[in-house]
Amino acid sequence: MTRRLLEGSEAIADAMIAAGCRFFAGYPMTPFTEVLEHMARKLPAVGGVCMNAESELEAIGMAWGAAATGTPAATGSTGQGLSLMQESLAEIALARLPLVVLNMARAQGDYFQATRGAGHGDTRTPVFAPADVPEAVELVQRAFDVSARWRHPVLVIGDYYLAHTAQAVNVRALDVGRRPPTPWALDGSSGGTGGAKLVSFLGSAKQRDDVGYDLADHYAACATASAEMMSGIAPLAESAFTDDADVVVVAFGTPARYVGAAVRALRAEGARVGYVRPITLYPFPSDAVRTAAQGTRVVAVYENNAGQMVDDVRLAVMERAEVRFIGGLSLDSSGFGIAPDLDVAVMRRRITQILEETTAPEGRRGAATVATGGGR
Amino acid sequence: MSRMLRVEGRSVVPTAQPPEEAARLVEDFTPELIDVGAHHLCPGCGEPVAMRTALQVVEELELVKRTIAVFGIGCYTAFSNNLDVEVLQALHGRAPSLATGVKRARPDTVVFTVQGDGDMVNEGLQEVVHTAARGENVTCIMLNNGVFGETGGHMTATTVLGQRTKTSLEGRDAAAHGRPILLASLLAQLDGAAYVARGAVNSAGNVARTKRMLRRAFETQVAGAGFSFVEILTMCPTGWFVETREAPQYLAENLGVVHTGGVLKDALGESPTS
Amino acid sequence: MTTSRVSARGTVVVDVDACKGCELCVEACPPDVLVMTTHAVNERGYHYPLLLAGCTGCGACAQICPDFVFQVYKFEEPVLFEVAPP
Repeated sequence: MTRRLLEGSEAIADAMIAAGCRFFAGYPMTPFTEVLEHMARKLPAVGGVCMNAESELEAIGMAWGAAATGTPAATGSTGQGLSLMQESLAEIALARLPLVVLNMARAQGDYFQATRGAGHGDTRTPVFAPADVPEAVELVQRAFDVSARWRHPVLVIGDYYLAHTAQAVNVRALDVGRRPPTPWALDGSSGGTGGAKLVSFLGSAKQRDDVGYDLADHYAACATASAEMMSGIAPLAESAFTDDADVVVVAFGTPARYVGAAVRALRAEGARVGYVRPITLYPFPSDAVRTAAQGTRVVAVYENNAGQMVDDVRLAVMERAEVRFIGGLSLDSSGFGIAPDLDVAVMRRRITQILEETTAPEGRRGAATVATGGGR
Repeated sequence: MSRMLRVEGRSVVPTAQPPEEAARLVEDFTPELIDVGAHHLCPGCGEPVAMRTALQVVEELELVKRTIAVFGIGCYTAFSNNLDVEVLQALHGRAPSLATGVKRARPDTVVFTVQGDGDMVNEGLQEVVHTAARGENVTCIMLNNGVFGETGGHMTATTVLGQRTKTSLEGRDAAAHGRPILLASLLAQLDGAAYVARGAVNSAGNVARTKRMLRRAFETQVAGAGFSFVEILTMCPTGWFVETREAPQYLAENLGVVHTGGVLKDALGESPTS
Repeated sequence: MTTSRVSARGTVVVDVDACKGCELCVEACPPDVLVMTTHAVNERGYHYPLLLAGCTGCGACAQICPDFVFQVYKFEEPVLFEVAPP
């Protein structure tokens, strides 16, 4: 097992192949393009197929067709491309098909898109948000497993930094046990038997009558399956220094690494600050956030957007602590998601300001005076 | 001596039971691969006729155990429910990309799409053109009645000039609505397209000709020669505001003179007849 | 009384209740031996086809029918039908 210096895009491609992906389709768009390039080069070598589709709509369409044959399939894009794929994503969920979808996002403005179902209707899509290349290698493989187990699309959301940063990583195949069988998969062979299979978002079995599909029944069954899936996936989060924290910072993805560094530096200086890093954005790790919020004064949310995950943090925290937004849009002129504010010093300043406000004598909203060095 | 019956003042042959005299079955109610013939499509609709013909070809070529049908969205979607052929349901216009994924992942299968003109030429023009250009070894079938039937009969990209629809009530006008796209003609120009033909189901003779076209299209796919396409003009008396009995002639006089019948391209041998 | 006889090379079975009265079969029949009922209707309320003498078993009706109403048979030997008296 060797560690190689790989940019995130390549490591993700290797992880997909290690997970058994044998069909990939995509359309070039920054910062997703390199994933497509790597798959175009690597997938044929293992007997797979990589298609450069004529648009994102056809990319997800081709992946849908391959998935229907039981072939582990994936597609991806950036936020705008994911927007084009929304109808298909929702209907693939209703067709009960496994599919891994990558969003190599520009900044963090796609949180709503990812976590509010990633499609129309009552779709609820599991979302993994790796913070670095080794974690992406693990989570991409986990996504294939979750997707196959629950017969549902799974989203992995990265960003420009993840795609283009090289880290030493060992792409080891994750042991997820035996993949579930795919009796529903199409290969033509059930034709002419009286029981030819159907893969459809309109129903799970042919009705063989003159009445047709019952969408009410089908949607109800899908909603039940979706609820089972959500309770069957353990929400993941990484938390540190939260037991005695006055301020807990919540962040996901690449910025969370910077937040972690800022928090550790402030801790070393005696500040009572901690962090929670959601790793699954859906199901959202509400329990971890709620627990961290117990006994804390402020939960500060850092994200590179105008405020999206902060809504879910508020829902998790409720009245236990005050929730403040310390993130914001941070883009360079390209719009590709290169964030000038992605800087430990910037974060330290914002966190310190919150700390000072929570420990100031007048306090905010009735916060009591607390001696900085004392215990609780 | 076989007896006839007196019904409504006429002498008629009993038709409630199969004949007692020695006879062989020439046509069954439905082909084997249509499980259930009953459907709620309009009286006089040409789509079931086209479906019957296509499935007879799949049967006769003995392809059923390797065939996957990818359905678009339209009135014909009702058949996705009643065939003894594996079916993958696609979104409106998107069957060709799904068919591409199926065929690329499972090259041993025989893949065909069933799509209407609204599905294929409006929503899905990009998909079918690129699928043809890439020369994907799939067969795309377009049921062309010049309207979006399922939503109630609205103008599509194949609606002919002068044709009245709910969104062209005075008749399609070139200045206001532009001109129809003749898809088979467009696809025949692409190098990746190996077989392109246009048939119709408004007469038994045309049904027989269309059946030969479908056969040739599937043979093209099985030979791995490239993309095959059969456009089939179908009657839609409801969408055309005509009596069911008049629809075959309406098709011939209006759609058939624009979307003209014949074989436009046949890479495996026969020269074009149109 | 003389009874007339007509020869037929084929015949059909009609699934009366499947018919939706579109009359495409009437147009399509080459020997013109299909006529719609004038009074009787099936359980859906549609007129349906009756078979007159002279069917050739060509199958055109079955091929053109959108509702799968017909089964078509070809006799091994042409069959003589005795026309029913009025």
